[in-house]
This record gives sequence, C-alpha cells and structure tokens, in this order.
Amino acid sequence: MDRFVFLTFDGLSRGAVYAAFALALVLTWRAARVVNFAQGAMAVACAYAAYSVSAATGSYWVGLAVALVGGLLLGAAVERVVMRFVDHSTPLNGVVVALGLVLLIQAVLGMIYGNEFRPAAPPFSRGAFQIGGVALLSRFDLFVFAAVGVVLLLLALLFTRTGTGLRMRAAAFAPDVSRLLGVPVAGMLTLGWALAAAVGSLAAMLVIPTELGLHPTAMDVVFVSSFTAAVVGGLDSALGAVAGGLLVGLLLSYVSGYLGATVAPMAVLALLVVVLLARPGGLFARASARSA
Amino acid sequence: MSMLRERAAATPATTQASPGRPRVWFRLAVTVAAALLIVLLTYVLPPFRTYQLATVGAYLCVTAGLTVLIGRNGQLSLGHGALMATGAYTLALTQNALAGDDFAAPGWALAVSVLAAVAVTTVAGAVVGLAAARLRGPYLAGLTLAVAVVVPSVTSTFDSVFNSDQGLPVVLNPPPGTVPMERWQAWLAWAGALLTMLLLTGLTGSRFGRDMAAVRDDETAARLAGIDVARTQVLAFVVSAACAGLGGALFALLAQSVSPGAFPLTLSLFLLMAVVIGGLGSLAGAAWGALLLVALPALAQSAGERAGSARLEGNLALAVFGVVLIVVMLAAPGGIQGALRRLGHTRPVREVARLIRHPKGGT
Repeated sequence: MDRFVFLTFDGLSRGAVYAAFALALVLTWRAARVVNFAQGAMAVACAYAAYSVSAATGSYWVGLAVALVGGLLLGAAVERVVMRFVDHSTPLNGVVVALGLVLLIQAVLGMIYGNEFRPAAPPFSRGAFQIGGVALLSRFDLFVFAAVGVVLLLLALLFTRTGTGLRMRAAAFAPDVSRLLGVPVAGMLTLGWALAAAVGSLAAMLVIPTELGLHPTAMDVVFVSSFTAAVVGGLDSALGAVAGGLLVGLLLSYVSGYLGATVAPMAVLALLVVVLLARPGGLFARASARSA
Repeated sequence: MSMLRERAAATPATTQASPGRPRVWFRLAVTVAAALLIVLLTYVLPPFRTYQLATVGAYLCVTAGLTVLIGRNGQLSLGHGALMATGAYTLALTQNALAGDDFAAPGWALAVSVLAAVAVTTVAGAVVGLAAARLRGPYLAGLTLAVAVVVPSVTSTFDSVFNSDQGLPVVLNPPPGTVPMERWQAWLAWAGALLTMLLLTGLTGSRFGRDMAAVRDDETAARLAGIDVARTQVLAFVVSAACAGLGGALFALLAQSVSPGAFPLTLSLFLLMAVVIGGLGSLAGAAWGALLLVALPALAQSAGERAGSARLEGNLALAVFGVVLIVVMLAAPGGIQGALRRLGHTRPVREVARLIRHPKGGT
C-alpha cells in the first residue's frame, strides 16, 4: 500500500511534466495544425543553453529564465525561417521538415557538447518527505506542480481574458476572416509557436533532472509519452492534454514500479494503440461528422 | 467509374503520375545488367569498398519498400528501423538455432533464416499496418515513432531471448569455394536488393500500384471508384514491412551481430531522409537514397577525421542530413530523381532518350 501511494505521487509528478509538454504540442496544433515533432529537440537545445548559463553564473534561476526566453526565440525562429515555407497541402510535409530539424538540432548539440550524458542538478532536493512513515513528495515534485500550475493559469488567462489571446484563437479558427478584420494572422502564428516552444523548454527543464541528465536525444522518449498524452486528450484540448499527461504519468509510474522500468515504453505504445483505435479523437471527444 | 479511377490515379499530388509498367523483359534485362555490374564491381573494388557496396544493397531493400509506402501510398512510417530490427533479430535467432543442427546444410539454413526473417517482419508489419490504415498524418507518424523507440525496451525486457543491450552474434558460414567474405556478403545483399527492386517495379506498375496512388491522392474518389481503401493501405504496409525485414536480415548478415544500438530512432529518420532526398516518386530515388545513406556518413567521417574532432565526426553527417532534408522539402520536393527527371524533360535529352529507345527511328 505504501508503495502504491508513493508510485501514485511519483506518477502525478511525472504526469505534470508530460502534461506541460503535451500542452506545448496542443498549442502548436491549435495554432498551425502541425504536430511539431521537433519539439523535443528544441526543448533539449534550450535546456543545454540553460545549464551552460547556470554553470557560468552559478544561479539555477538565471538558467531557467534563459530556457524560457530561448524557447520563445527558438519557436519564433523555427516558424519564421522554416515552417512558414512548408507546403501544408499534405500533413506529411510538416512532419518530414520537423524531423529534419530534429536531426540538425541533435547534431549541433552533439558537436558543441558531445554525445554523452551530462549531469543536470535539480534546484531542489529530490529526497521525499516522510508523512506517517510513507515517502510522498520531494521538494522538487512540489516545484514541478507549482511551475506547471502557473503555466496553466497564465495560458488560461491569456486565451480567455486578453485581446491577444482572442486574436490568436481567431487567427487559428478562421484565418481569412480574421485577416479581413485586421488581425495580424502571421504574427499570431509566430506567437503560438513561440509560446509552445517556451512551454516545451520548461517541461524539459523539469524532466531532465529526474532522468539520466542532458543528452541530445534526452527528450525522444518523453516526446513519445507526451504525444500519447496529447492524443489521449484529443490534440485539440488544453484540459485534455493535462488529463492525458497525468494519466500517462500514472500509467508509467505503476508499470515501472510493479513490472520494471524497461516495460514502460511498451505500455505507452499499448496505450497509444488502444486510444487511437478505439477513440481516435481522444477520450474526451464528442462524435464528429464523418470525413468521407 | 473507370474514368474517375483514371483521374484519381493520374492526379499528380506531390509526385509524378504513375508511369506505365515497364515491360517484363525490359525489367529483367535491367536486373541482369545490374547484377553483372555488381559482380564486376565486387571483383574490382577493394574489400572495404565491397563491404560498403553490400551495405548499399541492404539499405536499398528498405528504402525501396519505404518509397512505395510513402511515395506511392502516402503513408508515413517512422517505424521502419524497428521493422529492420525485427528482421535482423529473427535472422539471428534462426541462424543460431540452425547452426547447432547437423542436418542443416549451410546454404539451406541461410535461405530458411532469411525467409523466416521476412515472414516474421511481414506479420509484424501487418499488425502495425492494420492500426496504421485507420490513422492519418501526424497520428500515423506518432504511432510509428512509438514503435521505433520501443526496440531497446523489448530487448531489455525479454533479455533471455534478445540478450538486452549486448545483442546476439550471427553465425554466417564461410562462403563456398575461395570467395572472400566481403564479396559473398555483397552478392547476398544485392541478390536481395535486385529481387526487391524487380518485384516492386512490377507491383507499382500493376493495378495494385494504381490503387495505391489513387488512395494517396484522394481517398474519397478512390472509394467511389470501388477501391478498398483500408485493404490497399494495409497491403502497402505489409509489402513495405517485408522489404524492411529483408533489409534488416541482410544487415545482420553483414555485421554478423545484432544489437538494439544498431537500430536507434536516428536510423528510422535516416531512412525517411534517404527516400525523401532520393525522390519519393520513383524507385530509382530509393537507389539514390541508399547510396546517400552509405556515402554521406563516410564522407562526413573522413571530413571529421581531417578536422581532428571526434565530436564532429559522428555529428557532421546528422547535421548535413537534417539541412538537406529541410532544403529538399522546401525547395525541391521531387528529390534527386525529380531533378533528374526535369533535366530529362529538356529537349536534347528527350531526343537522345527517344533514339536509344527506338533506334530505328519509329515512335
């Protein structure tokens, strides 16, 4: 029972990170109708930059700020320089270009930092508090919950309470009409990519200290888990992404805890297959009109 | 109905409309010529180059199958690295099981192992394909990506069979007579590659090939024309998986070992890159892609060695691949073969081609 409680809290903490990363995928999907397969590589690049700055300045928080600002800039740059020029008549093209970016970013990181794991220290202790003799949460877990909660709150405020958020939604929903009404649609698209990349880098900063450390491919498996989370939530819904993230986090935690860590990727694949075949629109989707 | 199907098949989406099926004797002649060229090359080239030639052959099996799947049928797969791993591990397990068997003659055992590898991968491909046929675009890419990253997890979980990260050795009996090992490996690889190309060129020119193109261009139109869309997609995936299994098996024979490290996610991305850069429209593009997969890392490695940087050595090829992939997608979606075809449509080249095809001057 103690073990179950511990695994539950561990799973929620992991799930919060997957939720944040899935949210980044959902942001891009809603803004541009593209699943950004380069999200993981972009986030790792920001995390490398953050830890370099942290090492130079001695402050984790300066590094975190660098990761967020770097994410904004990298996201905007990827949209302005590359993604804008992709022919989106078939979804394959966007995916292929994003995979090209993955190769390029991972290669550049490997050239600068080398292809070995580099230690990434968490800002808070990862030792769990004991409550009634049961190990529950660490300070780092609390930091993860707080960070993801703040991001969710800020995004919710942005999209529901500000003019910019309204314009972003309008630009994504009906680009032509929005353009006629004076919304800078291209700028909103860039902003969407920038925000998504910043959220993605935050997720990388939260997940990398809990795993093996910094590596150019550190986010590959996280990407698959978060993609699964986003699909479980329906790719279109922010709340769905959060619920999906927590679900995937719990599943991974239980499977790793009871069956062994090596089984976890297979469990994610199984969940993805089941959801895609049974409820391709996500667990929370309403029935939609048939496409053909 | 048939008009609709013709139109659906003829609509060029991202690639050229399907060219007519080359006559059987023509395809056979090209295959025999290619086989003679390969045999000649294996006698001329030094052992290391022969080994590289063999690697091109093994890659060609996979890229040809992937070209048919992506270019012809419009289904993206990032899981072909995992399918190759399936073929390679099946071959390793079968070879090692048969090696202890006194009754198995060497040649017979090898044929059985390769067939087993193709069969098992075909079944795996059918399973993935059944799921894939219901998915589109990014969903399909995400699912196959999950398949690609699951390989090390499977080998570690069932480590009594797959021996975890160390992998398995592959028994390969010494070649018959006095043939050196590299030459024998090149013959084996290219026998598989040429057979694959022969079968696939026949397939893409057949009715099934037109069905695949029709499904790619417009599913609704294809369905109205009486094509079973799901069946076509699953079959395309199965064919492509069988090719990947053969390629994986040949890789295991070349390396004489299999391990999960040989089939990382990067391999699947490289394969995708190769077929996109080679040109998705045609199987000739797959050959360009296979050549690139061997040539580009080799060139990058020698460049890295010259610069004296170990970090550069491994990563330069990745960077070049990534940049070329992006540039090709943005600037030249037809890839190398598309560029060559555009060149071929200029007047002088067309005249020469006509003369070669019809030397007596008829049309």
